[in-house]
Amino acid sequence: MNLQADLLVLLPELILAIGAMGLLLFGAITGEKSAPAVSWGAIALLVAAGAATVMGPDHASAFHNAFIADGFSRFAKVLILAGAALSILLADEFFSEIQLSRFELPVIMLLATLGMMLMVSASSFLSLYMGLELQSLALYVLAAFNRDHLRSTEAGLKYFVLGALSSGMLLYGISLIYGFTGSVDFSAIAAVTHDGAPSLGVIFGIVFLISGLAFKVSAVPFHMWTPDVYEGAPTPITAYFATAAKVAALCLFLRAILTPFPDLIHQWRQIIVFISVLSMALGAFAAIGQTNIKRLMAYSSIGHMGYALLGLAAGTSLGARGVLIYLAIYVFTNLGAFACIQAMKRNGKAVENISDLAGLARTDIRLAVVFSMLFLSLAGLPPLAGFLAKFYVFLAAIQAGLLIPAVLGVLASTVGLVYYLKVVKVMFFDEPAPAFDAVSGLGSRAIMVLSGVVALLFIFAASPVITAADAAAKALLP
Amino acid sequence: MSLPILSLVTFVPLLGALAILAMPRAQSARWIALGTTIIVFALSLVMWAGFDNANPGFQMVEKANWLGGGISYHMGVDGISMLFVVLTAGLMPFCIAASWESVETRVAEYMIAFLVLETMMIGVFCALDLVLFYVLFEAGLIPMFLIIGIWGGKRRVYASFKFFLYTFIGSVLMLLAIMSMYWYTGTTDIAVLLNGVHFPVVMQTWLWLAFFASFAVKMPMWPVHTWLPDAHVEAPTAGSVILAGILLKMGGYGFLRFSLPMFPSATEMFAPLVFTMSIVAIIYTSLVALAQEDMKKLIAYSSVAHMGFVTLGIFTLTHQGVEGGIFQMLSHGVVSGALFLCVGVVYDRMHTRDIAAYGGLVNRMPLYAAFFLVFTLANVGLPGTSGFIGEFLTMLGAYLHNSWLAIFSATGVILSAAYALFLYRRILFGSLVKPSLQTIQDLNAREIALLAPLVVITIALGFYPRPVTDVTTPAVAKLIADNKTALAMDHAKVVAELHKGAGR
Repeated sequence: MNLQADLLVLLPELILAIGAMGLLLFGAITGEKSAPAVSWGAIALLVAAGAATVMGPDHASAFHNAFIADGFSRFAKVLILAGAALSILLADEFFSEIQLSRFELPVIMLLATLGMMLMVSASSFLSLYMGLELQSLALYVLAAFNRDHLRSTEAGLKYFVLGALSSGMLLYGISLIYGFTGSVDFSAIAAVTHDGAPSLGVIFGIVFLISGLAFKVSAVPFHMWTPDVYEGAPTPITAYFATAAKVAALCLFLRAILTPFPDLIHQWRQIIVFISVLSMALGAFAAIGQTNIKRLMAYSSIGHMGYALLGLAAGTSLGARGVLIYLAIYVFTNLGAFACIQAMKRNGKAVENISDLAGLARTDIRLAVVFSMLFLSLAGLPPLAGFLAKFYVFLAAIQAGLLIPAVLGVLASTVGLVYYLKVVKVMFFDEPAPAFDAVSGLGSRAIMVLSGVVALLFIFAASPVITAADAAAKALLP
Repeated sequence: MSLPILSLVTFVPLLGALAILAMPRAQSARWIALGTTIIVFALSLVMWAGFDNANPGFQMVEKANWLGGGISYHMGVDGISMLFVVLTAGLMPFCIAASWESVETRVAEYMIAFLVLETMMIGVFCALDLVLFYVLFEAGLIPMFLIIGIWGGKRRVYASFKFFLYTFIGSVLMLLAIMSMYWYTGTTDIAVLLNGVHFPVVMQTWLWLAFFASFAVKMPMWPVHTWLPDAHVEAPTAGSVILAGILLKMGGYGFLRFSLPMFPSATEMFAPLVFTMSIVAIIYTSLVALAQEDMKKLIAYSSVAHMGFVTLGIFTLTHQGVEGGIFQMLSHGVVSGALFLCVGVVYDRMHTRDIAAYGGLVNRMPLYAAFFLVFTLANVGLPGTSGFIGEFLTMLGAYLHNSWLAIFSATGVILSAAYALFLYRRILFGSLVKPSLQTIQDLNAREIALLAPLVVITIALGFYPRPVTDVTTPAVAKLIADNKTALAMDHAKVVAELHKGAGR
């Protein structure tokens, strides 16, 4: 294990870390005017890191197995980087329109992304915690970035307090696990818990671990922060929370459960099934009454995490495959949806009520079509992409014998359909409200087109993604 | 097989939709839609011409990789599905033509919705992969939701949501059943599942119920039929035609394609349940139809009653019953579609569907009265119309199975005569006293062109059903033979289990 080989494994992360420092210096020297340049520099860095990830090793570990780079982390990283790059694109347009462009923003987003990359590569609880905290600290700042805005600062503070609490629970769980197994390394723990009869301390540790991680993916009953933070944070930041951050947290969840505790599945599965079913149900029922579109998206994301966790509950590589396919589709659909939400502006002022969308099909048919297509995709209606996402998760759940959670899941998805359809109804059936401002940003327009195309045509070209997800899942759980 | 004819029939409408996107002006949209649907109809006739009646298996099969892992793009038709493709393609030009003047707002979107819907409907009947079938089965909901919700009547939002949610909740359970079947067999290929896959009897029961949940709602069977009257009343004329003509048939088709051959023991076990529901549907909804004040609602309830005949016939598992069920579906597709077009004719003039608002129309609209009469009598099942053949065969099948079934269903025939003729009398006969009706115009050339072909088909099939039965007979014979073999196998297994139990 020489240092050079270790560093090479972490090449994508190094690109981001060094690049972020460079951009920070550049921004500090040139001042506020350079914000767009820093944004584009950040996107270039993310693309470079993406290239390094794709060309990286198939299976390698670094720093005494603290980090590993394998097919699973590669799949997750590509999604994270894509989500981050497109969110920065959205953020650049958003903040320059409200004249709040700061060069720190893309730099902080880069650092958060770096944390996420470390999270999905982490192979021991220490490196996991390090990545998680790097990401979380950056995200707290991002949530409060619109600092003169009451709700944004409130969102940041709320997120910080609850996030710190969940980190505490996570750490407590980790220390219990360490105390009762004697290791923080995932594979070493797996060797210890191999007999499938763990001591009570380990089980307690797992419960706390799952609680902490459930907070990060905003699963019920640790979801309370989500609606407020989604609503309060600036829209592109919400998009970032909903995409890259969710991918990272969920992939971390997968690895931190499946790699160290594969033989304790009967212990942790019931917890995961429980939070999964509750998330699906709460996401579906609570969203119906929402009037603010960003709060709606928050409940929708709670529900989506429930569906994804069903794949984890399966505890098989098929389940992991389902989660990865789910995330891939979820990232692009959500980015598109938030790009559409960002386009909801009247006379230069952002509006966020669902009723503001009334009759959009007659004032701006293209926006209405993309918007409703993305919503129906989130609802999981065939032939849109979201159907295949749910399909593969449920397929894995059925295979693992989780029939009752699956039935509850599809029933919840029927309830969820109500609020997605309600938004479509507002756009297509209702009398038009005053028109929105024309979408000016080229970036948001490109994201809408991209996500619309993905939502519509994914079903025709799904097989490469499924194959890739399959390979990635097999890397995690052979 | 050189030309992928089924893919063409299925996806040409999408090309038409793309063309409308390029030329979205109202008039060009109408012509493109009409042209596309006529081309598709011609293609479906080419398909019929190339169909080998003697072959009971799947024909014109196309197969390509799709999702991997045993899930493929697999298309094909047999004697059961082929005519439904022709029916769908044949009704579509009528729908477009019927909307020519009555739809004035957002014409391009309307036509696109219909063309997309056509792709989904034809695809459902061609799909030979369960996942493909499910995708197309569900995808059709979105355009129909928009058609009802945007161009519908006063309570369109309520009706569109009810339609969507009812159908959706039924079919998600079917999706889980499809997944279970996938894990049991490793494939979702319908052709493979039909030939030589036998599910254990207990599993069959659950799968049957899940599929039943979906198809019973779609059919719709009593007591889950309540979405249909609402959807029918609120939908624009062409939407009602498609609903009654095609969408309802997907339920019956599903029973024939999946429930009967794949879950034979469960079918045998649940047949009494289906019979009860069918009889209730026939008698109860006929009585409900008698009391309706809204023309479309009346025809909607009569559709439920007629679908009761279909399920009755199908589950008798006799050759006559099954074939009668198929014939009834095809005939009802034409006849109920035509009846909704007839309602559309007066609705376009008076903008009301209240039966009480009409009366004595025969005095000013003799041509209309004549057309309406043919379809009313076909709906009643008068000999000489296509409706008679279907009802007669199903009742024959019912009688072979159990004479009580035949007696009950025959009551339904009498009731159907009562409500249909009552409707006809209230609208057409009597003297024309209502002031608003004094200036009503008889059919124009477009409407005559629309209804005349349907009259010809209705009467022609009533006297000479061979073109249909020649296609369906071999496939039905195979279906029943396969069902019997599989059933015998299941029985043998059960008996063997019993012996084993006794030996121990």
